[in-house]
Amino acid sequence: MADLSALLPAATIAIPLLGAGLILATGRHENIRESVTIAAALAMLGTVLAMLPAILGGGKISLTLLPMVPGGDFALRVDAFGMVFALTAAVLWLLNSFYAIGYMRALKEHAQTRFFFCLAVAIAAAVGIAFSANLVTLFLFYEVLTIITYPLVVHIETPAAMKAGRKYLTYLLIGGIFLLAATILTYLLTGTTEFVPGGFLAGSGAALTLQVLFLLFMVGFVKAAWMPLHGWLPAAMIAPTPVSAFLHAVAVVTAGVFGIVRVAGWVYGMPLMASLGLGVALAAIASFTIITASLFALAEDNLKRRLAYSTVSQLSYILLGVSMLSVAGMTGAMVHIPFHAFMKITLFFVAGAVIVAAGRERISDMKGLGRKMPVTALMFSAAAIGICGLPPLCGIHSKIFLMVGAVEGGMPVLLLVIIASAVLNAAYFLPIIYTMLVDRPADPHALDGVAEPPLIMLVPIVLTAALSVLFFFNPSVPFMDLVQIAIGEITAGGLP
Amino acid sequence: MMLVHLPVFLVTIPIVASLLILAAGWHDRRFCHPIALATVLFQFGAAVVLLFGVMRGGPIHYHVGGWAPPLGIELVIDSFNGFILIVILLLSAAAVVYAKRSVEKEIPADKTVSFYVLFQLLITGLVGMTITGDIFNLYVFLEISSISAYTLISAARRPHSYVASFNYLVLGSIAAGFILLGIGNLYVATGSLNMRELAVMLPASYELATVHSAFLFLMIGFSIKAAVFPLHLWLPDAYAESPSVVTVLISTVMAKVSVYALFRILFTVFTTAYILDSFPVTGIVLFIAAVAIIAGAVLAIGQDDLKRLLAYSSVSQIGYIMFALGVANQIALEGGLLHILGHAVMKGCLFMVAGLIIYRMGTSRLSELKGVAKTMPVSCAAFALAGASMIGIPPTIGFMSKYYLVLGAFEAGHYLYAAVLLVGSLLAAVYIWKFIEVAYFGHPHGEEHGHAAGGGRNDRGKREAPLSMLAPVVTLALLCLILGMGVEVLMENVIGPAVTLLLGGA
Repeated sequence: MADLSALLPAATIAIPLLGAGLILATGRHENIRESVTIAAALAMLGTVLAMLPAILGGGKISLTLLPMVPGGDFALRVDAFGMVFALTAAVLWLLNSFYAIGYMRALKEHAQTRFFFCLAVAIAAAVGIAFSANLVTLFLFYEVLTIITYPLVVHIETPAAMKAGRKYLTYLLIGGIFLLAATILTYLLTGTTEFVPGGFLAGSGAALTLQVLFLLFMVGFVKAAWMPLHGWLPAAMIAPTPVSAFLHAVAVVTAGVFGIVRVAGWVYGMPLMASLGLGVALAAIASFTIITASLFALAEDNLKRRLAYSTVSQLSYILLGVSMLSVAGMTGAMVHIPFHAFMKITLFFVAGAVIVAAGRERISDMKGLGRKMPVTALMFSAAAIGICGLPPLCGIHSKIFLMVGAVEGGMPVLLLVIIASAVLNAAYFLPIIYTMLVDRPADPHALDGVAEPPLIMLVPIVLTAALSVLFFFNPSVPFMDLVQIAIGEITAGGLP
Repeated sequence: MMLVHLPVFLVTIPIVASLLILAAGWHDRRFCHPIALATVLFQFGAAVVLLFGVMRGGPIHYHVGGWAPPLGIELVIDSFNGFILIVILLLSAAAVVYAKRSVEKEIPADKTVSFYVLFQLLITGLVGMTITGDIFNLYVFLEISSISAYTLISAARRPHSYVASFNYLVLGSIAAGFILLGIGNLYVATGSLNMRELAVMLPASYELATVHSAFLFLMIGFSIKAAVFPLHLWLPDAYAESPSVVTVLISTVMAKVSVYALFRILFTVFTTAYILDSFPVTGIVLFIAAVAIIAGAVLAIGQDDLKRLLAYSSVSQIGYIMFALGVANQIALEGGLLHILGHAVMKGCLFMVAGLIIYRMGTSRLSELKGVAKTMPVSCAAFALAGASMIGIPPTIGFMSKYYLVLGAFEAGHYLYAAVLLVGSLLAAVYIWKFIEVAYFGHPHGEEHGHAAGGGRNDRGKREAPLSMLAPVVTLALLCLILGMGVEVLMENVIGPAVTLLLGGA
């Protein structure tokens, strides 16, 4: 049995890949193909859950698959922080699969086999990033994720989509090159790229070298969409909504912030970050992004694009938490990854449901929609207040930790950023809620024939919203517990 | 024991086979292909046996006709050319399998026999260049392969293919002239033509002008043959205008052997001491390589013809291999040798796919290939995989060689050049994506965008190329992935020792 459980990380990645192969093979028979997706999602969730008790017990699962290049074997290691990402991805892939099936069928989208194939490979890459034991392996999955999501972004194949796709690839491939350079430089400085809780770079080079290296890493993790390198994310909103939901609120951008947290906690370590002054630099980038992106969101009338800017802004909360270099800040950052994912996917699901049920994408066209789609609109409202940081949703937990962290880390000015951002969040979300629930359309018959989306889409919406509420009442199972373990590991060597 | 004579059989049996092809083909054309296939498979098998022999018992020296080196010709197989031998024969074998249907389509029936004879001679000449330990013998085999290549390029019988062939003939002859002059100078300086003897005798005359000029003549000659920028002018036409299978062979096997010869001359005949101290060329080679990487890629981006695009990509990729030469440390050279293998496999695959597309669609112009992935899904998937390797997406072989090269450049402190390498891979993404976008997301005229295609169920008829052409393509594409995953084994057992040998100057 011991042997079998050691193989679980590999199985978690292999299952969606196998599923992807079967999806291609069964592409002609839609129902079988969709069953494969669901079966793979369930199986993957099963393997992730099977590893959870061991990780919650403070254990780790390591597995070296192949020797690869100097600097890093192809190796996996499941730890608490990787588990946070993997578990989020596994749960949301399952829900998103149901939703996507409903969405793609309702709109009679073309090339559905390609769509589900790419989605399955992408989730394998995302989990691979979560489980990577070193920078080389992480880079490998990171690049695979870039390439495999491209067909999803350009799914509709219009000239506009192709243009957006080029922008997407340009940003992410250039980012990949920076990440590769950073990985190789790390290897040359230290002779390893293996993640070590608390970091391993200290004392390996001049301060300037390490500062430049961190910049390389930051550009490398352009998937985190920090400003001004965020341009690819709104552009990618041209993708079908399940893609936007899953890849641009959960897998791709999360891979970016996950990478930055990994590098901060497991390559540099907080004391080194502090002595290099990187916390302040990161705080500046994050604050700028949070405020600017919120302002951009205010100006957007397209719902998906407004959500995209909201994502840009929210991701920088995670960076902000890291920049505080304190226990509370780091806790807030890590726990914001799953919590934001659950709330944001609800919002995207609703945006897609509105497209399917009413064919509307512009917020100004959504007046009175809540009367025809009450459940959908309510779920949207709930998730939106959650993002603003109000109870009873899980968003408030990460916000409180961030605020404590700001004080603890000696940067009270960041409190202002968080408060200003909360006001801006409310300013761009509350009008949507008003428009949907209270406003009436100018033409009373404009909404005739609009109804709730099919159940296969509605149920995932309700479930993600319900989970967001559940995590408010019970944040510790399992995410906060996992985060506490991870924080314990990286602070064992002392705090700045 | 016949195995002792295996090195010479590697050359003599194919020459006999080419005569056999001529004789048998005279009787019935259908005999040509099986004989060629059997020969190349024999060669590949022999190469594998020899490489294992080298790995176990060190370099194999064979004296042709029993004449000892200063007088007679010596064949030498060590870990470096044993590796190259495997690479070129692997690609040759794939090309011969691919050739059958391709030749039926592209070559007039009455020329089939002479085509196979020349094809066989080309491979033989290149194998001879690889295993010989005698520089004049190297020149002889070079001419055998070159003359075969000139003729094969014009076999496409398109108006421009004669021009391409003639241009190559002119530049190739100039190159051959340079090489011959270089060999002559070395003979004047030392009185020997044997590579091992030269390596021992040359250091005494390292400061002679004769030796310097010999070095330059050989450098320039082989750089023309290897199409090192800016001496690549013959290449785009020659690659683009040849019959598909000839393109595959000259772009992979012939290009790699020319690079091999350059490495052999630089490291075995002249040794690292000369190229680093007496006549420091690595700096300028590195610069030229960097220019080649960028210029080749930029030119590739500007092409509309798939074969021409891939041809310019070769100019860029040769730059990667020269880059290793310019950095000249263990790890970069490992990357360079790995890239010789990797580039041969992926470029062979890409050119084969171009050939498949020409076979089915009758054109290789990108503007006429919109949506070709729907017609030829397997071929295009192979292209995508080999293309990913060209860009350097892990875990393909292309990524691994790039990783080693960048690591080597960083280690030597060439940070700027390492950046050039990375930019080069980005540009590769641009030109590979030109095809991917057209093939997968382009819409043939008259077909609506997006939703109107309706559930993806109205598959237009899938018309893949024949299996005998598709099989080598798929094999090579998968090799890009398998070699990438198994790179450590290669490095440990073959490439690492080969590089040690080169740097040791043995």
